[in-house]
Amino acid sequence: MTAAALEVSNLTASFGGGRLTAVNDISFTVRPGEVLGLVGESGSGKSVTLRSIMRLLPASCSVSGRVNWQGQDILTMTDKQLRAVRGGQISMIFQEPTTALNPVLPVFTQIEENLKAHTDLDRAGRAARARDLMDLVGIPDAARRLREYPHQFSGGMRQRVMIAIALAGNPKLLLADEPTTALDVTIQDQILKLILDLRDELSMGVVLVTHDLGVVAATCDRMAVMYAGRIVETGTVAEVFAQPNHAYTRGLLGSVPHAGTERSMLLSIEGTPPALNRIPPGCAFNPRCDFATDPCRAQVPALQDLSPNRSVACFNRDALVAAGSPLG
Amino acid sequence: MQLVSFIARRILQLIPTLLFILIVVFALVRLLPGDPASAILGDRALDADVERINRELGLDRSLPVQFAVFVKSVATGDLGKSIHLKIPVTELIASRLPITIMLTVMAALIAVVFAVPLAFVAALRRGRLADSAVRGAFQVGLSMPVFYLGLILLTVFGAKLRWFPVGGYGDGFLDHLYHLFLPAVTLALSLSAILMRNLRSAIIGVLDAEYVLFARAKGLRPGLVLMRHVLRNALISTVALFGLSIGTLLGGAVITETVFAIPGAGRLMVDSIYGRDYPVVQGLTIALAVLVSFTFLLTDLVQAWLDPRVSR
Amino acid sequence: MTEIASQSPSPERSRRDRLPRPLILGGAILIASVIVSIFPAVFAPYDPNTFDYNALLQGPSRAHPMGTDNFGRDVLSRVIHAYTIDMQIAIFATVFPFFFGTIIGALVGYAGGIAETLFGRIVDAVITFPFLVLVIAIVSVLGPGLVNMYIAVGVVGWVFYARIIAAEVKVQKRLDYADAGRAMGYTHLRIIFVHLLPNAITPAVVYWMTDMALAILLGSSLGYLGLGAQPPAAEWGVQIADGKNFMATAWWISVFPGLAIVLTGLGFSLTGDGLAEVLRTKR
Repeated sequence: MTAAALEVSNLTASFGGGRLTAVNDISFTVRPGEVLGLVGESGSGKSVTLRSIMRLLPASCSVSGRVNWQGQDILTMTDKQLRAVRGGQISMIFQEPTTALNPVLPVFTQIEENLKAHTDLDRAGRAARARDLMDLVGIPDAARRLREYPHQFSGGMRQRVMIAIALAGNPKLLLADEPTTALDVTIQDQILKLILDLRDELSMGVVLVTHDLGVVAATCDRMAVMYAGRIVETGTVAEVFAQPNHAYTRGLLGSVPHAGTERSMLLSIEGTPPALNRIPPGCAFNPRCDFATDPCRAQVPALQDLSPNRSVACFNRDALVAAGSPLG
Repeated sequence: MQLVSFIARRILQLIPTLLFILIVVFALVRLLPGDPASAILGDRALDADVERINRELGLDRSLPVQFAVFVKSVATGDLGKSIHLKIPVTELIASRLPITIMLTVMAALIAVVFAVPLAFVAALRRGRLADSAVRGAFQVGLSMPVFYLGLILLTVFGAKLRWFPVGGYGDGFLDHLYHLFLPAVTLALSLSAILMRNLRSAIIGVLDAEYVLFARAKGLRPGLVLMRHVLRNALISTVALFGLSIGTLLGGAVITETVFAIPGAGRLMVDSIYGRDYPVVQGLTIALAVLVSFTFLLTDLVQAWLDPRVSR
Repeated sequence: MTEIASQSPSPERSRRDRLPRPLILGGAILIASVIVSIFPAVFAPYDPNTFDYNALLQGPSRAHPMGTDNFGRDVLSRVIHAYTIDMQIAIFATVFPFFFGTIIGALVGYAGGIAETLFGRIVDAVITFPFLVLVIAIVSVLGPGLVNMYIAVGVVGWVFYARIIAAEVKVQKRLDYADAGRAMGYTHLRIIFVHLLPNAITPAVVYWMTDMALAILLGSSLGYLGLGAQPPAAEWGVQIADGKNFMATAWWISVFPGLAIVLTGLGFSLTGDGLAEVLRTKR
């Protein structure tokens, strides 16, 4: 087992003077070249987690814990150190390339400013590297397209542009926030394949935030399931899919479309995730849980390690194991 | 290429606008009560004199003919002769309008120089003391009449402290700048307030945009994020508003020139209106409207340059 | 950030139920202004037009808190009596454009097509002419005075209201309830004025507040130029013009009326801002 590249410990992010906790005491690691899936419904705190790692949350949000990156805690870095990490060592891509690319700047400028911030290349070198990056992410006719503006690209091409920008600084870790949700299904697969190819080629770690377990199955090595700001289950994708240990994971798996059916998102769990100001006492999932018992309503279950790679936070794990995988 | 065709299209659109301006000016001067002849000659004029004046001004012919003659002469740059000053209106405008343009340009620059940093301060410290102070100043700036502010600045910085001249236009470019400074500040205040309010909310909107988050995630310096990503996007709507405010600014110039005794087009306009010097009023109205139209064109071009989505 | 925005209940919820501060402040100024404008004699210590040759150009004192002008008239009393004219300007210079602009705008927005195109041309033309220059020109032809000023402002001012209302009605008529009205067999006029307009009118009301502030600025500007209210009437712009030659020696003649203009303008624009805030959160 190689050492972790990114080590997040006891990360907590809260808004409104600490009254609304979006991310609650979560810990996980990402190893070099590994794809970690961060899974959950919207509002579970996945995006906030990514943004806390990069310190991109508004000042009104307080973040505590540690984010260890190559021996340093990102959360306590100076602004200068942080700027070297952002875009240089850790890059981030967003869900909506339409809103994440600046509409009034040509694509070249948006790649070049990243190269300028993180490499020593001269002007000509940056231009050549920008063309290489466009080739790398599979955008034909790079020289011409670099002069164009985001609105002149299709949705899939825009996402490729965003990935090219993110790769400009040769990052060791890519944080991808639902990178395919806004795209057509066929384009989705292309983009995911691109990310995997790049991972192999550049040996970078990837944290892939998604609510789509189909995406997780197709791309991730390990996964962490989030619910109401907490991690409720972790493990390798094969292990978790074979035997979910948490009722929420089980519910999510139950909603994955089987071969031949249309992709529908997480419809099989009754109800909706709780709002941040109405998180129920005990296990946050208990009102929606078929397995819930009295302890679930009284106490928050701790995340317990089952093996070095596997952990779960559930009081009724045995009952769940007995019920088996819904994918059966 | 696309930009060129955009400019061409935009210039073509000016033609109907200019024609419409001519129709309105023509109609205003002919259809409103109070005829020029009796204005020139007084109420007890002889019929023969009235007829003579009407013939001189071409008012004895039918309206369509008058309009055709009017358009033709305007197109050839002939706006008639001033009734009182006895010199061609074109000449008069050529000597007075540049002063007004200079005053307006100075005021616009001053307004922008004030508005942009203040808008940034207010937007970045949203809801805090600096924001409230800037917004309060904005409200006062909007409620302040131009003539009142001008009078106060003139008294304090001109008459009392003697830092600036109390009126006139001076000789030579630098002297013009010196003479026009206080008037330009006067004229700039309300525009500055309007621009600031708009820019402040535009910046707040842009700060929440995902591309700003992405720019920060690239590890760019905060200054670069603000100038390249935030300001440029926020300016787009403010530039449009700036264009729409030019008419108001020129209206304000009329009053400012009166208060500061500047011999510009605005002052000429007021004097000619008092004196019922219709050819001058008519010529000036056309000139000002054309000026506004071209400013619209200019702001459209700036907008197209700022926002590539506009022209394509 | 959408995740957070959609589910975090605003910590300002408790504040939302209260009226915004600008509205309270602006409303207080306006109510006071209206009361003063209706009963000026109750508040004014002197008659605004009585000359007192024993008290010419006196500075602020206990007897004359804002001093006296070159005819010995009490400046405070003139400022108070001017409320009557200037508040009247604020209302009369805007209420007709508001009324007619709303009707025309509603019809244009509902009809669309040629009416809309034609209206668009009119808007283009009107914004091409400096508003103040146009008003000055019209007033000078009609002759100076308040009534002619109202006419001049009305000729142009309706366009701005019509533009706002037309845009709103255009949005509203696409909504379901307009279709429901048509399905019920209501006449077009009934749909426009009973069903669409009440939902479309709020932005115009907000603009009306700003417009009243602008009207006071315009009215006093014309008064200053000698084209609005005529001397010896107590009107702020006229008063400032009266005092402009005494600025170096008797600043109080012009300065206090100007403060009244700023204060009243603030009242209207704060109210407008506050109203906009209230109406926005209600939507």
